[in-house]
Amino acid sequence: MKKVTERLKRHAEHGKRWVIAVPTLWLMLFFALPFLIVLKIAFAESAIAIPPYTQLLTMADEAFDLHVYFGNFIFLSEDALYLTAYLNSLKMAAISTFLCLLIGYPMAYHIARAKPSTQTVLLLLILLPSWTSFLIRIYAWIGILKSNGILNNALMWLGVVDQPLTILNTNVAVYIGIVYAYLPFMILPLYANLVKHDHSLIEASQDLGARWLQSFWRITFPLSRNGIIAGSMLVFIPVVGEYVIPELLGGTNSLVIGKVLWQEFFNNRDWPLASSLALIMLLLLMLPIHFFRKYQEKEWEEGK
Amino acid sequence: MIEPSLSRDGVDGHFLQIKSIVKTYDDVVAVNDVSLDIAKGDIFALLGASGSGKSTLLRMLAGFETPNSGKIILDGEDIVSLAPYRRPINMMFQSYALFPHMTVEQNIAYGLKQDRMPKAMIADKVVQMLRLVHMEKYAKRKPEQLSGGQRQRVALARSLAKSPKLLLLDEPMGALDKKLRNRMQLEVVDIIESVGVTCVMVTHDQEEAMTMANRIAIMEEGSIVQSGTPRDIYEAPNSLQAAEFIGSMNLFRGAIAVDAEDHAVIDSEEINNQLYVSYGVTTAIEDKHVVFAVRPEKTLISRDQPQGEYNWCRGVVHDIAYLGGHSVYHIRLDNGKILYSFMVNSDRFADQPTWEELVYVYWSDDSGLVLRP
Ligand SMILES: Nc1ncnc2c1ncn2[C@@H]1O[C@H](COP(=O)(O)OP(=O)(O)OP(=O)(O)O)[C@@H](O)[C@H]1O
Ligand SMILES: [Mg+2]
Repeated sequence: MKKVTERLKRHAEHGKRWVIAVPTLWLMLFFALPFLIVLKIAFAESAIAIPPYTQLLTMADEAFDLHVYFGNFIFLSEDALYLTAYLNSLKMAAISTFLCLLIGYPMAYHIARAKPSTQTVLLLLILLPSWTSFLIRIYAWIGILKSNGILNNALMWLGVVDQPLTILNTNVAVYIGIVYAYLPFMILPLYANLVKHDHSLIEASQDLGARWLQSFWRITFPLSRNGIIAGSMLVFIPVVGEYVIPELLGGTNSLVIGKVLWQEFFNNRDWPLASSLALIMLLLLMLPIHFFRKYQEKEWEEGK
Repeated sequence: MIEPSLSRDGVDGHFLQIKSIVKTYDDVVAVNDVSLDIAKGDIFALLGASGSGKSTLLRMLAGFETPNSGKIILDGEDIVSLAPYRRPINMMFQSYALFPHMTVEQNIAYGLKQDRMPKAMIADKVVQMLRLVHMEKYAKRKPEQLSGGQRQRVALARSLAKSPKLLLLDEPMGALDKKLRNRMQLEVVDIIESVGVTCVMVTHDQEEAMTMANRIAIMEEGSIVQSGTPRDIYEAPNSLQAAEFIGSMNLFRGAIAVDAEDHAVIDSEEINNQLYVSYGVTTAIEDKHVVFAVRPEKTLISRDQPQGEYNWCRGVVHDIAYLGGHSVYHIRLDNGKILYSFMVNSDRFADQPTWEELVYVYWSDDSGLVLRP
């Protein structure tokens, strides 16, 4: 009997290894490999060649020549433009995350409190827009926000304003776009957290003399911390590198790292500089990613 | 009915009056016209099967549900329209509902903080409460680091911290295992009595109700079937439902044959003799159909045929459940009916009837009860 269980266990171990192997392979192929290539290019010099950078390792005169170039990083640190771009991106991500939290929390809360059948419908409504192309949806916002667009026409017709508002190609438009696009990423983890809350805790809180608002701040909100962290990370991390929304909805002078990266890569064809920019961005995001992983581990432990 | 219900400390009753409470959910009548009087200092148990409406009634006392009609008067004040956070009532929840992100101390202090009590007073009160439930050593722990029994004590301390006028317990032992349950029942009663708070508890476990409460109300399908002391309810159930709910009963369906002032005789097809009770059955029986009930511990077993023509029957031992202190004999009558009888195991190796032996079961004239079907 013992032998059988042991063998079964070994089988399970074996199975586990396979289960882990697939995502590991996936990660190696689509994350580690590209990352190594970016890393390599970041330490190369720009060159007029195909591909447009020097090689790290060259073979000449019966010797390997290792050529590690730090010039890109020095260049980045010397030009204030890049620092501004990074800071702008971080600011944009932080504000967007906060706005998403502000709008997403009440939504997630109400979905989690709704009847189960209603919950499904509401969640579907949250997810439904993402079934159309992201790009098309952002283009649609141009139609809404431009000076003779739907929004301005409606406002003028209502008599709220008598001149069209300039929203498109401003930061406001960028925030509208980002909040719109990333709201589901805030709502879903928050919902997943809030729906698990035990309602009797709120009843206990009321029973002990707390009103709704006090119960919310002292019970519901602290207990949803993990959901808040997860949602915030899911918004913050991709928004730092966001390119499409600032490009389409923002002004030409909006300086964010995603746009700078694009310019360096496609307009200047300076792959090494673009790679260094990407590398630094990744390092900047290490901290929140680390937080996010911690959260996931915790959630997983709790789920067990 | 005028019944001066006296509490244990002799104060006049009517501390909590529940008057004609009705609660419906859509088409389900969860609580159907319930009225109860509960005296100050009582530990009052609502006992009933699953779905009988006990939790609903308790939640209406706490304020989480609003009755469709009726009044709840606590210490002279109608509280039906008061929000839960305004009621001088605290509840210990079935799964305790301890706040998982707070320590034991913070949990107990939670209600006191809502009252904006000064910090020093809160700290004093928390220490006092911890001492009351013997949890001083665990003040800094989180609920997840406590055992089931410890959690229950914290929950009790938390619900007592605000010195409520009324304490509500919802299935207080529901989350504990059997052994711990028996110990905690007595401990919780000790604590409640030392505080002197009036208490309404809900349980579906009759043993728990009888151990903990000094008054019990049996609920069935939203109505109160009977209320009284545990002894009243056990010894003098007023209906078949009450009789069947508490303890086990041998029942014989039959009809009144003789209805005199000081005795009655009942014919039943389920027994080979007539049944006799040494007291008059109420006069208002137009319908002669009754149920005769006798508890297993009030019956005796013998190998010899009993004297007289009433209150005995013959059968064979069908099964014996040995429970240590006593055994439960299952006696199969000639007509196939099974009768239960307790036999006390006072001698270590007594010569007791064994399987398939022919025996007689009998009982005295005042042991049985006559109930309406
Ligand atoms: N929120 C609700 N919505 C609809 N029906 C309800 C609701 N709460 C209770 N009921 C119904 O009311 C009746 C009484 O329920 P209640 O919870 O009071 O029973 P209970 O005696 O506490 O049972 P248990 O021992 O199983 O807890 C049941 O028929 C139940 O289905
Ligand atoms: Mg219940």
